[in-house]
Amino acid sequence: MNSERQLPGTAGWVPPIESPNLLGLHEMELNFGPQHPSTHGVLRIVLKVDGEKIVSARPDIGYLHRGTEKLFETETYPMGIPHTDRMDYVAAATNNHAFCLAVEKILSLEVPKRGQIIRVLLDELQRISSHLLWLGTSAIDLGAMTPFFYCFREREAILDMFEEYCGARLTLHCMRIGGLLVDVTPMFMQAAHDFAGTFDARVDEYEDLLTENRIWKKRTIGIGVFTTEQCIEWGVTGPPLRGAGLAWDIRRAIPYECYPELEFDIPVGKNADTYDRYLVRMAELRQSNRIIKQCLKWLDENPKGDVRGKVPRVIKPPLGDAYACVESPKGEIGFYLVSNGTNKPYRMHVRPPSFINLQALPEMVKGHLVSDLVAVIGTIDIVLGEVDR
Amino acid sequence: MAEETPAPPPAPPGANPPAPPAGAPPAGAPPDAPKPPAAAKPAGKPAAPKGPAPVDASGKPLVANISMAVPGAVVAATEFLGQTTVEVEPAKLVEVCKHLKDSESFTYLVDLTAVDWKDRQPRFDVMLWMHSFKRNNERLRLKVKCGETCPSATSVWKAANWMEREVFDLFGIRFEGHPDMRRILTWDGFLGHPLRKDFPIEGIDTGAAIYPDRYPEGGGPAPDDPNRKLVS
Repeated sequence: MNSERQLPGTAGWVPPIESPNLLGLHEMELNFGPQHPSTHGVLRIVLKVDGEKIVSARPDIGYLHRGTEKLFETETYPMGIPHTDRMDYVAAATNNHAFCLAVEKILSLEVPKRGQIIRVLLDELQRISSHLLWLGTSAIDLGAMTPFFYCFREREAILDMFEEYCGARLTLHCMRIGGLLVDVTPMFMQAAHDFAGTFDARVDEYEDLLTENRIWKKRTIGIGVFTTEQCIEWGVTGPPLRGAGLAWDIRRAIPYECYPELEFDIPVGKNADTYDRYLVRMAELRQSNRIIKQCLKWLDENPKGDVRGKVPRVIKPPLGDAYACVESPKGEIGFYLVSNGTNKPYRMHVRPPSFINLQALPEMVKGHLVSDLVAVIGTIDIVLGEVDR
Repeated sequence: MAEETPAPPPAPPGANPPAPPAGAPPAGAPPDAPKPPAAAKPAGKPAAPKGPAPVDASGKPLVANISMAVPGAVVAATEFLGQTTVEVEPAKLVEVCKHLKDSESFTYLVDLTAVDWKDRQPRFDVMLWMHSFKRNNERLRLKVKCGETCPSATSVWKAANWMEREVFDLFGIRFEGHPDMRRILTWDGFLGHPLRKDFPIEGIDTGAAIYPDRYPEGGGPAPDDPNRKLVS
């Protein structure tokens, strides 16, 4: 509450903000989180609200800071991969992938075709599982309970596949420098075929529940508009950028692995609001499934091959630095690596998409209601493990 | 960070060794990252595959444009693994950034970070890399050698705000002209900058600054805490 402000009608009265006020004089500071179910982790946002309207928002992060970048410096290159699992813990495969790409880049290693295909397959399965988690939880945040159960049914199938492939369900550690540790198993292939065959119909089910849902549309259309120019200015990547209408995807823009040979479209939105970001993610689910089908077809046609290239026993990159990035479910995740010629990175820096996308939150929610903040946080799709590292 | 008071666990002596081996080799060799692969070659084990050598990129039209637009800004330019790094004078950084954004369409600041070369003067490298959508997804990396202060790029890209706060928090580099230079990942009042090479990996004893009447200002354990280790 601002006690210095004078009463309306008296001399020198200044309205708190220019737009119509809900409570006139009173601005209140409100702590949103760190223990709030819709912040998806330990995110604290200090809100200045005028009634129900947000005047300013100040995210306060760092509750999950574990010094991952410092840990990288103390361990050898292969030992760094498990740490990446724990950053964006709902999309471990893409994190592994970006880390391995950076090391492969500085070592100039080639991954065999079969390894590339399986990597892409894992990435896309991970993208689907991450988007499903996002869809289920952000629908719950906005009061839709049912999609959560549907989403977790399919997510469970993907996690079972990961378990069959590498033994872990969440913190996968499924990639190695130069390729992969193991080949896919027949059971994995069978499960993946079953999944890919039915998943498009499942996406239809989710869309039946939400896309034309009146409540869902009222809660999301026109909320958190963030235009292409704003996205670029704030460094926002991933579905929020595509939802704003720019068809920019690292898989196409800075191709890695075998993505140039695969057919898929980059879905884009138009209105740059929460609803369009939702639509983009739904379309990405379908595109990911399309990629998965192509990978499975290739693996069926080429049943044998190496999954790991020639990798030195001790990984000692030459002096120098390199940056490599992949398209994670959240946006561009990149690793910047400085090598001093020893078997440990001199510096390993992460470009975390959640951290940089979250930075734009105060701009997105300014002037909206507190309940819209929940919708916008959901739509940026942050994972606090990655924000804080 | 020096620890006093003999502590029961032998952490402090073990604390420092990990840092120097990592920090020392590049300090002995020229610390400039892209330059010395030649030195690495004789020392390199046969197992280590040799990456392509960095080449001088000062002839690139983009680099020439920068030196033309901002005279005296470019110190060196190298290309390594297809990635161009341009080292610029700290004083000219903002000008170069403005030029890159406005005239060369590098509208998207991908990331900003720092590297600590412990024994070098000036100690830090601040790295920025930027992306151009118009120039066929070209990327460019800028490098600034600086001490504990560096000009801020927030006036050019808003995205630099949190990135610079993170660098300030973890490296202790103060960005001049930044609108909100506060810690971001560690808490206000935390002592030390964790990503510096001389910060021990097992951390420092900071206690919790939640009871200001009992705990000293700026964090740290209470004065009568038997486990107290002083942090200078």
